[in-house]
Amino acid sequence: MPSVSRAALAIAGKDIAIEWRTKTAIISGLVFAILVLAILYFSRDPTEVSDLAIAPGTLWVTFTFAAMLGLNRAFLLERERRAMDGLLLTPAPRSAIFWGKFLGNLMFVGTIEAVSLPLFVLFYNVPLWDKLPQLILVIAMATIAFVAVGTLLSAMVVRTRHAELMLPLLLLPFLVPPLVGGVQLTASLLNNRPLSEVWGWLKLIGAFDIAFVTVAALLFEVILDE
Amino acid sequence: MNRRDSAIRLARSGRIVTMLSLVLLAGIYVRALVFTPIERTQGAAQKIFYVHVPSAWCAFLAFGVCGLLGIAYLWLKDRRMDLLASSSAEVGIAFGVIILTTGPIWGKPIWGHWWTWDARLTSTLFLFLLFVGYLVLRGVVTDPDLRARFSAVIGIMGLVLIPFIHLTVYLFRTAHPMPIVLKPSAPSLPNVMLVTLLLSFGVFTLLYVGFLMQRYALAILRDVREEELANAA
Repeated sequence: MPSVSRAALAIAGKDIAIEWRTKTAIISGLVFAILVLAILYFSRDPTEVSDLAIAPGTLWVTFTFAAMLGLNRAFLLERERRAMDGLLLTPAPRSAIFWGKFLGNLMFVGTIEAVSLPLFVLFYNVPLWDKLPQLILVIAMATIAFVAVGTLLSAMVVRTRHAELMLPLLLLPFLVPPLVGGVQLTASLLNNRPLSEVWGWLKLIGAFDIAFVTVAALLFEVILDE
Repeated sequence: MNRRDSAIRLARSGRIVTMLSLVLLAGIYVRALVFTPIERTQGAAQKIFYVHVPSAWCAFLAFGVCGLLGIAYLWLKDRRMDLLASSSAEVGIAFGVIILTTGPIWGKPIWGHWWTWDARLTSTLFLFLLFVGYLVLRGVVTDPDLRARFSAVIGIMGLVLIPFIHLTVYLFRTAHPMPIVLKPSAPSLPNVMLVTLLLSFGVFTLLYVGFLMQRYALAILRDVREEELANAA
């Protein structure tokens, strides 16, 4: 369906253009990620727990929080001056709104991750340059999971009172599998453990991606107004 | 009003079912404590098994019913499906509290600690929290139609999520007793204990039905009241 993909790209492009002009969300997201990285460094007894031991958890908790911040913003944008009604009135297919938002959110969360990863390496002294491709694969897979569920849920909570409160409450249970998987895979990579050990986790996150991207895409139309 | 009368009648029969199952529950306690032998290694602590396992069954049944009714609602657009689904979720929360309190009471003497991050404990905890979120979400959406659609979405996603959380923690590590009744080979529980457990399953299911009937009747009454207020305004 060329029209769906064209409309989706147009919507994602619109979101990116808005972000590019204001830069408020991306800057606050980045500062927030750096703050979390810095604060979590002190969340341990340094004589008992090494940098390397808390590094994987820190990285993923940072990603989770930063993603949540970005996802909250995705549909708040459309609430202002009822922009969502405008989107719904366009001849674009409904599913294009989901895919457009999904792409826009992937870009947003991906950018925050791309900036915080080098900072993480710096702050925590982790030797991971030679395992970078594998780590990026893991991050990409988990980010798809975060963003698929998050796009659907943020479209929902934005139409309730206390949207900022509701998103973490509903989203976090869904982030458990990709988050735990991400931490375990990162830890295995950092400690040079064999691939056979991590294979199960990769399959788990992959299956989660397939299941939840499908479910989110199917259910998205349900939550829009008829 | 016809709908109100039938709801009140439903509440009344729900109360009878609940009373009946509570009496039977007392019978289960007597059977479990007096007429079922004490387990050799675990001693008296094992008795909690007859409450813990059936309430886990009921909670998962309740959440499963909630998710399936969510699908049914999206398909048929029948308001009653939504009211029944939310009632089931609330009853499931009640049973969830029973699992999450009886579990640690058993865990302390047997495992030596109140909590462990085992597959079943963790899935139960997250599922419980998700359905608390489900009920909170219902509270912050004012439009009934929107509320029903949002609830259905969360219910369905919850159904998809359970196996993933379970698998996640299974890959992490597991310490919970392995299934002893629902497994491919014959149940490894002595017959007397198995009978007590199965009776308990039956009684708890009946209790679930009784609770659900009453809660559903209340949901209908509330719905009727909301409609009246909307019409009066």
